[in-house]
Amino acid sequence: MTVLALRARRAWRPGSVTLLVGGVLTAFLVAVALTSLVWTPEDPARMRILQKLKGPLVSGLLGTDHLGRDVASMLMRGAFNSLTVAFAAVAVGAVLGTLAGVAAAARAGFDAVLMRICDALFALPPILSAIMLGALLGPGALTAIIAIGVFMIPVFARVTRGAALQIWARDYIMAARMAGKGTARITLEHVLPNIAGQIIVQVTIQLAMAILTEAGLSFLGLGLPPPAPTWGRMLAEAQTYLLQAPHLALAPGLAIAAAVLGLNLLGDGLAARLDPRRRQAS
Amino acid sequence: MLRHLARRAAGFAVTFLLISVLVFCMMEIVPGDPASAMLGTSATPETLAALRAQMGLDAPAVVRYLRWLGGLASGNLGISYTYGVPVGSLILERLAVTLPLTGLAVLLAIGIALPLGVTAASRPGGVADGAATLYAQAGIAVPNFWIGLLLIMTVALGLGLLPAGGFPGWGDPVAALRALLLPALALAIPQSAVLTRVTRASVVEVMNEDFVRTARAKGASVSRALWRHAVPNALVPVITMLGLQISFLIGGAVLVENVFTLPGMGRLAWQALAQRDLIVIQNVVMVFATVVIVVNLGVDLLYTVVDPRLRRRA
Repeated sequence: MTVLALRARRAWRPGSVTLLVGGVLTAFLVAVALTSLVWTPEDPARMRILQKLKGPLVSGLLGTDHLGRDVASMLMRGAFNSLTVAFAAVAVGAVLGTLAGVAAAARAGFDAVLMRICDALFALPPILSAIMLGALLGPGALTAIIAIGVFMIPVFARVTRGAALQIWARDYIMAARMAGKGTARITLEHVLPNIAGQIIVQVTIQLAMAILTEAGLSFLGLGLPPPAPTWGRMLAEAQTYLLQAPHLALAPGLAIAAAVLGLNLLGDGLAARLDPRRRQAS
Repeated sequence: MLRHLARRAAGFAVTFLLISVLVFCMMEIVPGDPASAMLGTSATPETLAALRAQMGLDAPAVVRYLRWLGGLASGNLGISYTYGVPVGSLILERLAVTLPLTGLAVLLAIGIALPLGVTAASRPGGVADGAATLYAQAGIAVPNFWIGLLLIMTVALGLGLLPAGGFPGWGDPVAALRALLLPALALAIPQSAVLTRVTRASVVEVMNEDFVRTARAKGASVSRALWRHAVPNALVPVITMLGLQISFLIGGAVLVENVFTLPGMGRLAWQALAQRDLIVIQNVVMVFATVVIVVNLGVDLLYTVVDPRLRRRA
């Protein structure tokens, strides 16, 4: 075997294929979402009632819906709307959850209280929180972001707490203590940098969950209000025309599945690289 | 063992109380007064005050919270503003759809995931393993309500094999089960994908342990070592995942019930939002959350039954 081949084999580390496929799918999703801000084949909100329920390639790449709107353009803008809500929700969950997790790991006094609160939050599925919030704020992006984000706080808190507790048991933490560093400083300088990989993996996987949940919320009419196109509402509207225009139910579903698959694969690939436990296992 | 039980029960009570405070406070700050919503805009202040007193709305928040807790224990949850019937009986009626639906979904998910995950684990890297991994990745990525739409499109409308929606009631159990089969399958597929993954990983790990090698050395066949020795010991992570998934299952039930127009708890909550029937929302959410924490408590206790090592430690 040549040196080059050996080198190539070494570069092909565990998770490479998943990382590559996930990365490409996710990059494509982000690119489509961003492109939709400056260009879509048609205005996604423009109705052409004479062109309604046309099949793929008959009118536009993916056909038109019951109001004659261009499905491909709606999917593109939908990608942006879906990603925005997902990013915002995961940001809420990741920041608050990580704070709770490192605090619980650092101070035994916080631990019991924070974990009980996490249990309580985890018992409220985002769709139910969204129904309660919908009564309070009305349906919309804010309702969706809070409902999904709050549900993710316990997810991030548990992952961070577990990872942080392992770091706290290490010898170099003891050394840092001896050097006179306080709890907050050790958390910032030693704990957080060492668990960052696991948090990044979790962010990726939770983005996938958030896209799925957002689709569900907008399917129920609890997400972004019309005329903003969302994948979930496109599916809700397609339900009336299942036999007449099956393409309306296929395209948004496939878009959701591709987006979630891409982020999940990316998360798995990153986990094989960044997560010490998974790295040993593979 | 008893101490372990007592600690679990105390944790359960604290979580339950925290959720009830959270739900009560959320519904408390929702603008709008149920009494004026019931009477409309033409009500005089006197009739409004009388109805508020009759509904107990004039009491301080703490008193109303405690009354509600008492109501949750006794099943007396007040009257729905839109349906005009007791919320307790409304919920019981709807649970008779949602509980069988989710129960059937869990059975289907286990029925798919266990054989698939174990077969995949019996020869890691083999064809079955590849297929199972593919199924797991795809199954996790597809939304359950979309699977529901696809099943309606193909099995119900296309082939006409099963009903596309609605629920005939339990008077005719066969028709009722037929109505629940497609929605349960829609719920089960993503769940089974998650479970397949966990089952596979867990069985692979256990197959590498010494006691499995010992069993093989003593002459146990591969399949006996797998099903008799490895699988029972690999079940703890699978059960844990089932417990964690209950939140997702309930969220999924809300969606799937709406796809198949099933008169369950999820559809009740969703319709209550459209009608601003706050008392229904409050109680449905609380019942759902209670189901989640009861299931997690059950899972916790199940560990001690399934895994003898944990029993001794507890």
